[in-house]
Amino acid sequence: MKTPFLHTVVTIVRKDLRAELRSRELVSSMGLFALLSILIFSFALELDRVAREEAVSGVLWVTVVFASILGLNRSLAMERDQGNLEAMLVAPIDRAGILFGKLVGNLIFVLLVAAVMLPIMTVLYNKTLFQPWLLVILLLGILGFSTVGTLLATMTVQTRSRESLLPIVMLPIALPVILAAVRGTTAILTGAREAEWMIWLQILVAVDGIYLLLCYLLFEYIIED
Amino acid sequence: MTPLIEVQSLVKSYDLLPVLRKLNLNIERGEFVALLGPNGSGKSTLIRLLCGLSRPNAGVIRVGGWELPREAYAVRAQIGLVSHKPLLYENLSARENLLFFSRLYNIPRQKAEARIVELLAQVGLSKRADSLMRTFSRGMLQRLTIARALLHNPDILLFDEPYTGLDQDASAVLDGLLRGLYTEGRTVIMSTHDLPRAAELASRVVILSRGVVGYDAPTTELDALRLAAIYTETTSMTSAR
Repeated sequence: MKTPFLHTVVTIVRKDLRAELRSRELVSSMGLFALLSILIFSFALELDRVAREEAVSGVLWVTVVFASILGLNRSLAMERDQGNLEAMLVAPIDRAGILFGKLVGNLIFVLLVAAVMLPIMTVLYNKTLFQPWLLVILLLGILGFSTVGTLLATMTVQTRSRESLLPIVMLPIALPVILAAVRGTTAILTGAREAEWMIWLQILVAVDGIYLLLCYLLFEYIIED
Repeated sequence: MTPLIEVQSLVKSYDLLPVLRKLNLNIERGEFVALLGPNGSGKSTLIRLLCGLSRPNAGVIRVGGWELPREAYAVRAQIGLVSHKPLLYENLSARENLLFFSRLYNIPRQKAEARIVELLAQVGLSKRADSLMRTFSRGMLQRLTIARALLHNPDILLFDEPYTGLDQDASAVLDGLLRGLYTEGRTVIMSTHDLPRAAELASRVVILSRGVVGYDAPTTELDALRLAAIYTETTSMTSAR
Protein backbone atom coordinates (compact mmCIF):
# COMPACT_ATOMS: atom_id res chain seq x y z
CA MET A 1 0.00 0.00 0.00
CA LYS A 2 2.91 2.31 0.84
CA THR A 3 4.96 3.62 -2.09
CA PRO A 4 8.61 2.44 -1.80
CA PHE A 5 10.98 5.07 -0.38
CA LEU A 6 13.47 5.07 -3.26
CA HIS A 7 10.67 5.23 -5.82
CA THR A 8 9.34 8.37 -4.05
CA VAL A 9 12.77 10.02 -3.98
CA VAL A 10 13.45 9.30 -7.67
CA THR A 11 9.97 10.53 -8.65
CA ILE A 12 10.44 13.85 -6.84
CA VAL A 13 13.95 14.36 -8.24
CA ARG A 14 12.74 13.67 -11.80
CA LYS A 15 9.86 16.07 -11.35
CA ASP A 16 12.17 18.83 -10.04
CA LEU A 17 14.61 18.32 -12.91
CA ARG A 18 11.83 18.35 -15.50
CA ALA A 19 10.26 21.51 -14.05
CA GLU A 20 13.67 23.19 -13.92
CA LEU A 21 14.57 22.18 -17.46
CA ARG A 22 11.39 23.89 -18.56
CA SER A 23 11.62 27.09 -16.51
CA ARG A 24 15.41 27.35 -15.89
CA GLU A 25 14.36 29.65 -13.08
CA LEU A 26 16.42 28.17 -10.28
CA VAL A 27 19.75 27.39 -11.89
CA SER A 28 19.80 30.63 -13.89
CA SER A 29 19.19 32.83 -10.85
CA MET A 30 21.72 30.90 -8.75
CA GLY A 31 24.23 30.90 -11.61
CA LEU A 32 23.85 34.60 -12.28
CA PHE A 33 24.23 35.41 -8.61
CA ALA A 34 27.36 33.21 -8.39
CA LEU A 35 28.90 34.79 -11.48
CA LEU A 36 28.30 38.34 -10.26
CA SER A 37 29.59 37.48 -6.83
CA ILE A 38 32.82 35.98 -8.23
CA LEU A 39 33.36 39.01 -10.48
CA ILE A 40 32.76 41.53 -7.70
CA PHE A 41 35.20 39.75 -5.38
CA SER A 42 37.70 39.53 -8.23
CA PHE A 43 37.54 43.28 -8.90
CA ALA A 44 37.63 44.10 -5.19
CA LEU A 45 40.82 42.06 -4.73
CA GLU A 46 42.36 42.99 -8.07
CA LEU A 47 45.16 45.15 -6.79
CA ASP A 48 46.59 42.59 -4.44
CA ARG A 49 47.44 39.36 -6.29
CA VAL A 50 48.56 37.49 -3.14
CA ALA A 51 45.42 38.48 -1.24
CA ARG A 52 43.32 37.38 -4.17
CA GLU A 53 44.91 33.95 -4.26
CA GLU A 54 44.56 33.54 -0.52
CA ALA A 55 40.94 34.58 -0.58
CA VAL A 56 39.88 31.99 -3.16
CA SER A 57 38.51 29.52 -0.64
CA GLY A 58 36.48 32.22 1.14
CA VAL A 59 35.09 33.58 -2.12
CA LEU A 60 34.21 30.07 -3.27
CA TRP A 61 32.24 29.20 -0.14
CA VAL A 62 30.54 32.57 0.33
CA THR A 63 29.31 32.29 -3.24
CA VAL A 64 28.22 28.66 -2.92
CA VAL A 65 26.43 29.30 0.37
CA PHE A 66 24.45 32.33 -0.78
CA ALA A 67 23.65 30.86 -4.19
CA SER A 68 22.36 27.74 -2.36
CA ILE A 69 20.15 29.83 -0.10
CA LEU A 70 18.67 31.52 -3.15
CA GLY A 71 17.94 28.14 -4.75
CA LEU A 72 16.58 26.53 -1.59
CA ASN A 73 14.06 29.31 -1.06
CA ARG A 74 12.75 29.03 -4.60
CA SER A 75 12.76 25.24 -4.65
CA LEU A 76 10.59 24.97 -1.55
CA ALA A 77 8.42 27.96 -2.48
CA MET A 78 7.42 25.98 -5.59
CA GLU A 79 6.01 23.29 -3.29
CA ARG A 80 4.24 25.69 -0.95
CA ASP A 81 2.72 28.31 -3.21
CA GLN A 82 0.48 26.00 -5.20
CA GLY A 83 -0.14 23.72 -2.21
CA ASN A 84 1.81 20.89 -3.84
CA LEU A 85 3.43 19.86 -0.60
CA GLU A 86 -0.03 19.02 0.76
CA ALA A 87 -0.79 16.95 -2.32
CA MET A 88 2.39 14.97 -1.69
CA LEU A 89 1.62 14.65 2.01
CA VAL A 90 -1.75 12.99 1.35
CA ALA A 91 -0.10 10.37 -0.89
CA PRO A 92 0.81 7.04 0.79
CA ILE A 93 4.54 7.81 0.84
CA ASP A 94 7.17 7.97 3.53
CA ARG A 95 7.38 11.69 4.27
CA ALA A 96 11.14 11.54 4.59
CA GLY A 97 11.04 10.64 0.87
CA ILE A 98 9.92 14.21 0.21
CA LEU A 99 12.92 15.55 2.16
CA PHE A 100 15.40 13.35 0.32
CA GLY A 101 13.77 13.97 -3.06
CA LYS A 102 14.00 17.73 -2.58
CA LEU A 103 17.50 17.39 -1.12
CA VAL A 104 18.84 15.45 -4.12
CA GLY A 105 17.22 17.94 -6.49
CA ASN A 106 18.73 20.91 -4.65
CA LEU A 107 22.09 19.16 -4.49
CA ILE A 108 22.11 18.64 -8.26
CA PHE A 109 21.27 22.31 -8.90
CA VAL A 110 24.00 23.60 -6.58
CA LEU A 111 26.54 21.19 -8.05
CA LEU A 112 25.65 22.42 -11.52
CA VAL A 113 26.27 26.00 -10.44
CA ALA A 114 29.55 24.95 -8.78
CA ALA A 115 30.60 23.19 -11.99
CA VAL A 116 30.21 26.49 -13.85
CA MET A 117 31.90 28.50 -11.07
CA LEU A 118 35.07 26.44 -10.81
CA PRO A 119 36.56 27.07 -14.28
CA ILE A 120 35.69 30.78 -14.07
CA MET A 121 37.33 31.06 -10.66
CA THR A 122 40.35 29.11 -11.85
CA VAL A 123 40.89 31.73 -14.57
CA LEU A 124 40.04 34.84 -12.53
CA TYR A 125 41.93 33.89 -9.38
CA ASN A 126 44.81 32.07 -11.06
CA LYS A 127 44.41 28.96 -8.87
CA THR A 128 43.67 25.46 -10.07
CA LEU A 129 40.48 24.41 -8.36
CA PHE A 130 40.15 21.09 -10.18
CA GLN A 131 41.90 19.01 -7.55
CA PRO A 132 40.37 15.65 -6.63
CA TRP A 133 40.29 16.15 -2.85
CA LEU A 134 39.07 19.71 -3.21
CA LEU A 135 36.16 18.41 -5.29
CA VAL A 136 35.40 15.87 -2.55
CA ILE A 137 35.33 18.64 0.05
CA LEU A 138 33.12 20.73 -2.21
CA LEU A 139 30.69 17.83 -2.63
CA LEU A 140 30.58 17.10 1.10
CA GLY A 141 30.18 20.78 1.98
CA ILE A 142 27.34 21.26 -0.47
CA LEU A 143 25.69 18.03 0.74
CA GLY A 144 25.76 19.15 4.38
CA PHE A 145 24.60 22.63 3.53
CA SER A 146 21.79 21.41 1.27
CA THR A 147 20.62 18.87 3.88
CA VAL A 148 20.17 21.38 6.66
CA GLY A 149 18.97 23.97 4.15
CA THR A 150 16.23 21.76 2.71
CA LEU A 151 14.89 21.03 6.19
CA LEU A 152 14.99 24.65 7.32
CA ALA A 153 13.61 26.01 4.04
CA THR A 154 10.60 23.70 4.53
CA MET A 155 9.97 25.55 7.79
CA THR A 156 10.75 29.10 6.72
CA VAL A 157 8.90 28.90 3.42
CA GLN A 158 5.67 28.90 5.42
CA THR A 159 6.46 32.33 6.82
CA ARG A 160 5.92 35.72 5.23
CA SER A 161 9.56 36.81 5.50
CA ARG A 162 10.97 33.56 4.13
CA GLU A 163 13.61 35.21 1.91
CA SER A 164 15.35 36.88 4.83
CA LEU A 165 14.54 34.29 7.49
CA LEU A 166 16.27 31.31 5.86
CA PRO A 167 19.85 32.68 6.02
CA ILE A 168 19.29 33.97 9.56
CA VAL A 169 18.16 30.54 10.76
CA MET A 170 20.40 28.49 8.55
CA LEU A 171 23.86 30.05 8.76
CA PRO A 172 24.40 29.46 12.50
CA ILE A 173 23.19 25.85 12.21
CA ALA A 174 25.28 25.17 9.10
CA LEU A 175 28.36 26.83 10.63
CA PRO A 176 30.20 23.53 11.36
CA VAL A 177 29.85 22.55 7.68
CA ILE A 178 30.94 25.95 6.38
CA LEU A 179 33.86 26.14 8.80
CA ALA A 180 35.16 22.65 7.97
CA ALA A 181 34.68 23.21 4.23
CA VAL A 182 36.48 26.58 4.22
CA ARG A 183 39.38 25.29 6.35
CA GLY A 184 39.74 22.13 4.27
CA THR A 185 39.64 24.05 0.99
CA THR A 186 42.21 26.60 2.24
CA ALA A 187 44.55 23.84 3.40
CA ILE A 188 44.41 22.08 0.02
CA LEU A 189 44.85 25.29 -1.97
CA THR A 190 47.86 26.39 0.08
CA GLY A 191 49.50 23.01 -0.45
CA ALA A 192 49.36 21.95 3.20
CA ARG A 193 50.26 18.39 4.25
CA GLU A 194 47.53 15.75 3.83
CA ALA A 195 47.08 15.39 7.58
CA GLU A 196 46.14 19.07 7.84
CA TRP A 197 43.19 18.92 5.47
CA MET A 198 42.19 15.29 6.03
CA ILE A 199 40.92 16.17 9.51
CA TRP A 200 38.53 18.74 8.02
CA LEU A 201 37.34 16.21 5.48
CA GLN A 202 36.64 13.71 8.27
CA ILE A 203 34.78 16.36 10.24
CA LEU A 204 32.68 17.11 7.14
CA VAL A 205 31.77 13.42 6.74
CA ALA A 206 30.77 13.21 10.41
CA VAL A 207 28.75 16.45 10.38
CA ASP A 208 26.99 15.46 7.14
CA GLY A 209 26.07 12.10 8.66
CA ILE A 210 24.66 13.77 11.78
CA TYR A 211 22.69 16.33 9.75
CA LEU A 212 21.26 13.67 7.43
CA LEU A 213 20.12 11.57 10.38
CA LEU A 214 18.66 14.52 12.31
CA CYS A 215 16.83 15.88 9.26
CA TYR A 216 15.42 12.41 8.52
CA LEU A 217 14.10 12.14 12.08
CA LEU A 218 12.77 15.70 12.33
CA PHE A 219 11.17 16.20 8.92
CA GLU A 220 7.86 14.49 9.71
CA TYR A 221 7.31 16.76 12.75
CA ILE A 222 8.31 19.90 10.90
CA ILE A 223 5.86 19.51 8.03
CA GLU A 224 2.84 18.73 10.20
CA ASP A 225 0.50 21.65 10.91
CA MET B 1 -22.88 -1.73 9.85
CA THR B 2 -19.66 0.15 10.64
CA PRO B 3 -19.58 3.64 9.13
CA LEU B 4 -16.90 4.37 6.53
CA ILE B 5 -15.71 7.35 8.55
CA GLU B 6 -15.96 7.44 12.33
CA VAL B 7 -14.99 10.51 14.30
CA GLN B 8 -15.29 10.29 18.08
CA SER B 9 -14.67 13.03 20.64
CA LEU B 10 -12.24 14.74 18.28
CA VAL B 11 -10.27 17.60 19.78
CA LYS B 12 -7.91 19.84 17.85
CA SER B 13 -6.41 23.11 18.91
CA TYR B 14 -3.76 25.37 17.45
CA ASP B 15 -1.59 26.59 20.31
CA LEU B 16 -4.20 27.54 22.90
CA LEU B 17 -7.00 28.13 20.41
CA PRO B 18 -9.47 25.23 20.37
CA VAL B 19 -10.88 24.56 16.90
CA LEU B 20 -12.64 21.22 17.30
CA ARG B 21 -14.17 20.44 20.70
CA LYS B 22 -15.07 16.78 21.18
CA LEU B 23 -16.63 16.50 17.74
CA ASN B 24 -18.55 13.31 16.88
CA LEU B 25 -19.49 12.39 13.32
CA ASN B 26 -20.16 9.19 11.39
CA ILE B 27 -20.32 9.05 7.61
CA GLU B 28 -21.63 6.05 5.66
CA ARG B 29 -20.25 4.78 2.38
CA GLY B 30 -21.73 6.53 -0.66
CA GLU B 31 -22.93 9.64 1.18
CA PHE B 32 -22.38 13.18 -0.12
CA VAL B 33 -21.88 15.30 2.97
CA ALA B 34 -21.77 19.08 2.79
CA LEU B 35 -19.84 20.55 5.70
CA LEU B 36 -21.18 24.01 6.43
CA GLY B 37 -20.31 26.59 9.03
CA PRO B 38 -18.89 30.06 9.48
CA ASN B 39 -15.16 30.79 9.14
CA GLY B 40 -13.25 29.26 12.02
CA SER B 41 -15.92 26.67 12.75
CA GLY B 42 -13.47 23.84 12.03
CA LYS B 43 -14.48 22.65 8.53
CA SER B 44 -11.02 22.81 6.98
CA THR B 45 -9.40 21.51 10.16
CA LEU B 46 -11.71 18.48 10.08
CA ILE B 47 -10.82 17.83 6.44
CA ARG B 48 -7.09 18.12 7.19
CA LEU B 49 -7.48 15.67 10.06
CA LEU B 50 -9.44 13.21 7.93
CA CYS B 51 -6.73 13.05 5.28
CA GLY B 52 -3.88 12.86 7.79
CA LEU B 53 -2.42 16.30 7.14
CA SER B 54 -2.83 17.14 10.79
CA ARG B 55 -2.74 15.20 14.08
CA PRO B 56 -5.61 15.39 16.58
CA ASN B 57 -4.95 16.40 20.18
CA ALA B 58 -7.48 13.84 21.38
CA GLY B 59 -10.23 11.62 20.03
CA VAL B 60 -10.49 8.86 17.47
CA ILE B 61 -10.63 8.98 13.67
CA ARG B 62 -11.26 5.77 11.72
CA VAL B 63 -11.45 5.73 7.96
CA GLY B 64 -12.48 2.44 6.32
CA GLY B 65 -11.64 0.71 9.58
CA TRP B 66 -8.10 2.13 9.67
CA GLU B 67 -7.17 4.41 12.53
CA LEU B 68 -5.44 7.75 12.14
CA PRO B 69 -2.64 8.67 12.60
CA ARG B 70 -1.39 5.12 13.36
CA GLU B 71 -2.46 3.64 10.02
CA ALA B 72 -2.05 6.78 7.96
CA TYR B 73 -0.64 5.06 4.85
CA ALA B 74 -3.72 2.87 4.48
CA VAL B 75 -6.03 5.85 5.00
CA ARG B 76 -4.18 8.09 2.55
CA ALA B 77 -4.44 5.42 -0.16
CA GLN B 78 -8.25 5.63 0.10
CA ILE B 79 -8.54 9.41 0.05
CA GLY B 80 -8.44 12.04 -2.69
CA LEU B 81 -8.12 15.70 -1.68
CA VAL B 82 -9.25 18.74 -3.64
CA SER B 83 -8.79 22.16 -2.08
CA HIS B 84 -9.12 25.71 -3.36
CA LYS B 85 -5.40 25.59 -4.22
CA PRO B 86 -4.51 23.72 -7.43
CA LEU B 87 -2.01 21.32 -5.79
CA LEU B 88 -0.26 21.02 -9.16
CA TYR B 89 3.00 22.22 -10.76
CA GLU B 90 2.70 25.14 -13.12
CA ASN B 91 5.79 24.25 -15.16
CA LEU B 92 4.53 20.77 -15.94
CA SER B 93 1.81 19.84 -18.42
CA ALA B 94 -1.49 18.33 -17.33
CA ARG B 95 -0.27 14.85 -18.31
CA GLU B 96 3.12 15.30 -16.58
CA ASN B 97 1.42 16.48 -13.39
CA LEU B 98 -0.85 13.45 -13.36
CA LEU B 99 2.05 11.09 -14.17
CA PHE B 100 4.05 12.52 -11.28
CA PHE B 101 1.25 11.95 -8.78
CA SER B 102 0.46 8.49 -10.20
CA ARG B 103 4.08 7.53 -9.44
CA LEU B 104 3.64 8.77 -5.87
CA TYR B 105 0.63 6.43 -5.62
CA ASN B 106 2.81 3.66 -7.07
CA ILE B 107 0.50 3.08 -10.04
CA PRO B 108 2.34 1.12 -12.78
CA ARG B 109 3.26 3.32 -15.77
CA GLN B 110 1.01 1.65 -18.38
CA LYS B 111 -1.98 1.56 -16.06
CA ALA B 112 -1.33 5.19 -15.10
CA GLU B 113 -1.20 6.35 -18.70
CA ALA B 114 -4.51 4.68 -19.50
CA ARG B 115 -6.06 6.12 -16.35
CA ILE B 116 -4.79 9.62 -17.21
CA VAL B 117 -6.38 9.47 -20.67
CA GLU B 118 -9.64 8.33 -19.10
CA LEU B 119 -9.59 11.02 -16.39
CA LEU B 120 -8.65 13.86 -18.72
CA ALA B 121 -11.63 12.87 -20.88
CA GLN B 122 -13.86 12.74 -17.79
CA VAL B 123 -12.93 16.28 -16.75
CA GLY B 124 -13.01 17.58 -20.33
CA LEU B 125 -9.30 18.33 -20.68
CA SER B 126 -8.20 15.76 -23.27
CA LYS B 127 -7.28 18.45 -25.77
CA ARG B 128 -5.12 20.27 -23.20
CA ALA B 129 -3.25 17.20 -21.97
CA ASP B 130 0.11 18.52 -23.10
CA SER B 131 -0.45 22.19 -22.24
CA LEU B 132 1.50 23.62 -19.34
CA MET B 133 -0.59 24.09 -16.24
CA ARG B 134 0.30 27.79 -16.02
CA THR B 135 -1.75 28.36 -19.20
CA PHE B 136 -4.93 26.98 -17.58
CA SER B 137 -7.86 29.04 -16.34
CA ARG B 138 -8.98 28.67 -12.72
CA GLY B 139 -11.85 26.40 -13.77
CA MET B 140 -9.57 24.17 -15.81
CA LEU B 141 -7.13 23.96 -12.92
CA GLN B 142 -9.88 22.83 -10.61
CA ARG B 143 -10.96 20.13 -13.07
CA LEU B 144 -7.36 18.95 -13.37
CA THR B 145 -7.09 18.92 -9.57
CA ILE B 146 -10.11 16.63 -9.46
CA ALA B 147 -8.46 14.35 -12.03
CA ARG B 148 -5.38 14.26 -9.80
CA ALA B 149 -7.47 13.36 -6.78
CA LEU B 150 -9.14 10.52 -8.70
CA LEU B 151 -5.91 8.98 -10.08
CA HIS B 152 -5.75 6.17 -7.53
CA ASN B 153 -9.51 5.59 -7.67
CA PRO B 154 -10.15 6.55 -4.04
CA ASP B 155 -13.34 5.62 -2.18
CA ILE B 156 -13.44 8.96 -0.40
CA LEU B 157 -13.12 12.43 -1.88
CA LEU B 158 -12.56 15.46 0.31
CA PHE B 159 -13.30 18.87 -1.18
CA ASP B 160 -12.21 21.90 0.82
CA GLU B 161 -14.12 24.90 -0.53
CA PRO B 162 -13.70 23.79 -4.15
CA TYR B 163 -15.82 26.64 -5.58
CA THR B 164 -13.46 29.40 -4.38
CA GLY B 165 -12.51 31.64 -7.30
CA LEU B 166 -14.63 29.85 -9.89
CA ASP B 167 -16.95 31.75 -12.23
CA GLN B 168 -20.51 30.58 -12.93
CA ASP B 169 -19.61 28.40 -15.91
CA ALA B 170 -16.73 26.71 -14.13
CA SER B 171 -18.94 26.21 -11.06
CA ALA B 172 -21.59 24.55 -13.23
CA VAL B 173 -18.96 22.18 -14.67
CA LEU B 174 -17.80 21.36 -11.15
CA ASP B 175 -21.42 20.70 -10.11
CA GLY B 176 -21.68 18.15 -12.91
CA LEU B 177 -18.41 16.46 -11.89
CA LEU B 178 -19.47 16.26 -8.24
CA ARG B 179 -22.84 14.79 -9.18
CA GLY B 180 -21.06 12.22 -11.35
CA LEU B 181 -18.72 11.21 -8.51
CA TYR B 182 -21.64 10.80 -6.13
CA THR B 183 -23.57 8.75 -8.67
CA GLU B 184 -20.52 6.48 -9.10
CA GLY B 185 -20.97 5.60 -5.42
CA ARG B 186 -18.01 7.48 -4.01
CA THR B 187 -18.20 9.08 -0.59
CA VAL B 188 -17.90 12.84 -1.01
CA ILE B 189 -17.28 15.32 1.79
CA MET B 190 -17.29 18.96 0.77
CA SER B 191 -16.80 22.04 2.90
CA THR B 192 -18.52 25.10 1.48
CA HIS B 193 -20.18 28.40 2.29
CA ASP B 194 -22.61 27.98 -0.58
CA LEU B 195 -25.88 26.91 1.08
CA PRO B 196 -28.05 26.58 -2.07
CA ARG B 197 -25.41 24.42 -3.72
CA ALA B 198 -25.09 22.26 -0.59
CA ALA B 199 -28.87 21.74 -0.48
CA GLU B 200 -28.93 20.87 -4.17
CA LEU B 201 -25.91 18.57 -4.46
CA ALA B 202 -25.39 16.87 -1.11
CA SER B 203 -27.32 13.99 0.40
CA ARG B 204 -26.67 15.25 3.91
CA VAL B 205 -25.67 18.52 5.53
CA VAL B 206 -23.60 18.91 8.65
CA ILE B 207 -23.33 22.38 10.15
CA LEU B 208 -20.29 22.96 12.31
CA SER B 209 -20.25 25.77 14.75
CA ARG B 210 -17.50 26.54 17.22
CA GLY B 211 -15.95 23.13 16.75
CA VAL B 212 -18.99 20.91 17.27
CA VAL B 213 -21.75 19.54 15.07
CA GLY B 214 -24.65 21.95 15.46
CA TYR B 215 -26.98 20.36 12.91
CA ASP B 216 -26.86 17.10 10.98
CA ALA B 217 -29.64 15.91 8.66
CA PRO B 218 -30.32 14.50 5.20
CA THR B 219 -31.20 16.99 2.50
CA THR B 220 -34.28 15.09 1.33
CA GLU B 221 -36.67 17.59 2.86
CA LEU B 222 -34.42 20.62 2.72
CA ASP B 223 -34.45 23.41 0.20
CA ALA B 224 -32.07 26.39 0.10
CA LEU B 225 -34.40 28.68 2.07
CA ARG B 226 -35.06 26.18 4.82
CA LEU B 227 -31.35 25.37 5.05
CA ALA B 228 -30.50 29.08 5.29
CA ALA B 229 -32.92 29.47 8.20
CA ILE B 230 -31.50 26.41 9.98
CA TYR B 231 -27.95 27.61 9.35
CA THR B 232 -28.64 31.03 10.87
CA GLU B 233 -30.38 29.49 13.84
CA THR B 234 -27.65 26.89 14.44
CA THR B 235 -24.67 29.22 14.12
CA SER B 236 -26.22 31.97 16.23
CA MET B 237 -27.27 29.52 18.94
CA THR B 238 -23.83 27.95 19.28
CA SER B 239 -22.15 31.35 19.04
CA ALA B 240 -24.28 32.62 21.91
CA ARG B 241 -23.26 29.71 24.18
